[in-house]
Amino acid sequence: MAKETSMKKKRAISNALAYLALTIIVIIWLFPFVGLVLGSFRSYLPEVEYGGIVGYIVPKTFSLDNYRFVLGNETNFKRWYLNTVIIATCVSVLQTIIVLCVSYALSRMRFYGRTALMKFWLVLGMFPGFLTMICLYFLLKQMGLTQAGAIPGLILVSVASSGMGYYVCKGYFDTIPKALDEAARIDGASRARVFFTMTLPMSKPIIIYTMLVAFMAPWNDYVFASYIAFGHDKSYNVAVSMYRWMNTGDYQGYFTRFCAGGVLVAIPVTLLFLFLQKYYVEGVTGGAVKG
Amino acid sequence: MSSDNASNSKQNPVSRFFSILVNDLKEIGVTFKEGDWKTKLSFLIMGIGPILRGQTLRGLMYLVVEILFFVFLGAFGGKYFSKLGTLGVIETTKKRRKIVYGDHSFLILLFGLLTLIFIVFIIFLWRMNIKENRKEELALKQGKKLPGNRADFMSLFDSNFDKTLLALPVTGVFAFTVLPIIFMICVAFTNYDATHQAPTKLFTWVGLANFKNLFSFGKSGFGSTFVSVLLWTLVWAFLATFIDYFLGIAVAILINKKGIKFKKFWRTCLVMTIAIPQFVSLLYVAKMFDNAGIINATLLKLGIIKSAIPFWTNPWLAKITIVVVNIWIGIPYLMLMATGLLMNIPEDLYESAKIDGATPWQMFKNITMPYMLFVTGPYLLTSYTGNLNNFNVIYLLTGGGPKSMSYAGGAGGTDLLVTWLYKMTINDTDYKMAAVIGIMVFVVTAIIMLSVYRMLPSVKDEEGFQ
Repeated sequence: MAKETSMKKKRAISNALAYLALTIIVIIWLFPFVGLVLGSFRSYLPEVEYGGIVGYIVPKTFSLDNYRFVLGNETNFKRWYLNTVIIATCVSVLQTIIVLCVSYALSRMRFYGRTALMKFWLVLGMFPGFLTMICLYFLLKQMGLTQAGAIPGLILVSVASSGMGYYVCKGYFDTIPKALDEAARIDGASRARVFFTMTLPMSKPIIIYTMLVAFMAPWNDYVFASYIAFGHDKSYNVAVSMYRWMNTGDYQGYFTRFCAGGVLVAIPVTLLFLFLQKYYVEGVTGGAVKG
Repeated sequence: MSSDNASNSKQNPVSRFFSILVNDLKEIGVTFKEGDWKTKLSFLIMGIGPILRGQTLRGLMYLVVEILFFVFLGAFGGKYFSKLGTLGVIETTKKRRKIVYGDHSFLILLFGLLTLIFIVFIIFLWRMNIKENRKEELALKQGKKLPGNRADFMSLFDSNFDKTLLALPVTGVFAFTVLPIIFMICVAFTNYDATHQAPTKLFTWVGLANFKNLFSFGKSGFGSTFVSVLLWTLVWAFLATFIDYFLGIAVAILINKKGIKFKKFWRTCLVMTIAIPQFVSLLYVAKMFDNAGIINATLLKLGIIKSAIPFWTNPWLAKITIVVVNIWIGIPYLMLMATGLLMNIPEDLYESAKIDGATPWQMFKNITMPYMLFVTGPYLLTSYTGNLNNFNVIYLLTGGGPKSMSYAGGAGGTDLLVTWLYKMTINDTDYKMAAVIGIMVFVVTAIIMLSVYRMLPSVKDEEGFQ
């Protein structure tokens, strides 16, 4: 009896310690986000408060000035936001279509040059992406897809090379038994029919995963977006414009306005992510094991 | 035929290549000698043979590609291709206050390469066209019927579905990855930089001069900067990968612990760092560590420090801070992944260990870690190479800074090779050195990939944990 109670005590203590550790971790992890939200309510108007970096988190007076500024007509924020939504949506849909095509072909079909293609793409992937930036810029410029045409240009570049990111999706297709395909083909279904009516309906998790990842990436795209939209304010996406607020407009105290913009950007993306978290976890875990 | 192949595979690659080439030429000769007039005509006008034999669709494809190729060569590619050797010689001049543009070295190199690739492609297609003719002729001689146009077309959705699926993606990768990479590799052998900007100035081939510059350790050379940036890149990738890895697994185990409630809540809180776009969260965090930021201000207020800690301006402190902030970014990924994998470890392994009196630490060391390392080996490798090129974290936090006077090429204390490459492209427009650095990144990545891949337990011994 005495032993049992001491065991219980031990377990209670170790659980308490675990809770303590988790609480500390969660506080550290959420602190920047809390700070971001609180910062967005600190007015940038000098007569109310200060819009730069300050040494406290909780604003002295809560105000919606930053949101009024961001959503008002003083800046093109709404335009930038719309740009990003358009890019993210198009990239998400088109990239997923391409990845699905490539993955199916590489997973199910055996054709001349298949392994050579996979090896070649693997080698290509070892080159840093920014290496090709100037060249892509000139290519796009020839097509008139820079500055004013930067939005379709960005979509084109993100979609064009997306075939190389087939690993996770192919890994998923590999786990669908081939016997299913073969049975359908014996019954006279063509490859295309098998792909559209059997493989795709069974791949909902991986389709959602691919779309989600592709949708989230453009929100972070600073480097290339800033390069090809250079100097053309209306073609910026949120990352480009807000990076400028933060690093070139900082002396004017754009910090809190950045916070407000950041909150507006983060809310839909975060909600979408949390809503589809299950699929994301599946993709990440599967991808890790397959390599 | 089969004995031929067997003897081929024993030879070394070079002689194998030549024997294939000789065989190929022989076959072309045989096709021409034995072929009928339709085949012979196809040597000049691609696809005419199949068209005359009723294979209109295939034949037309060859023919159209050939016509397009010559139109391209005549109207566009030819004039660039012919200047590829010099990259242009006509300078841009001013005549009566009007600028007369000369050769555009950039476009000459870009479209010259494109034309070169097309020429290789058309030779390849020409060979296929001859093979096609030979195949059809032999089939007709044996009294077989050729597949009709309809069957040909329908095969694109069945036995040739791979071609339909891959046509667009492969073209896209070619135009927006392969061509630019070949282009930039070539730029590494030219003097394309701020003083040789197209279209007003020409640039030209300089051989290995840029690579010599990279490895020269004198005052103006890039040597010492390159070595220190490379070292930091390797160390950074190592720290970022393994610290996150072990801490991530630790957090996953903590949340998975029996008796811990609200597992989903803890996970969701951590996952917020993945959900919120990095440019928002990292820029905010960067300002938190600023001299006037919340962390320094709080520490000052509490009297723990006398003056602000220079998180971003001291090169060593900046390196440490980046690694620490990266833990904040990295743990959630590992936690998600590890949670799924930990559940796959057979429960009876732990139970029998418990019966044998193993402590939790022993179980972790002897069961959990070996299993995790085995399964996640490939992930660790890709994650390491990914971190070598982890642009976002470095750029958003420090921008590669603090700047250092002892570094060449504008590199800063926390610059990785990729961020350095980016700065050279954007700030210094030193394209030639950026291209050289890009090639070095490739070399480093490839060496690590190839040497480590063979050592992975899951590659060496696939059945290990099954």
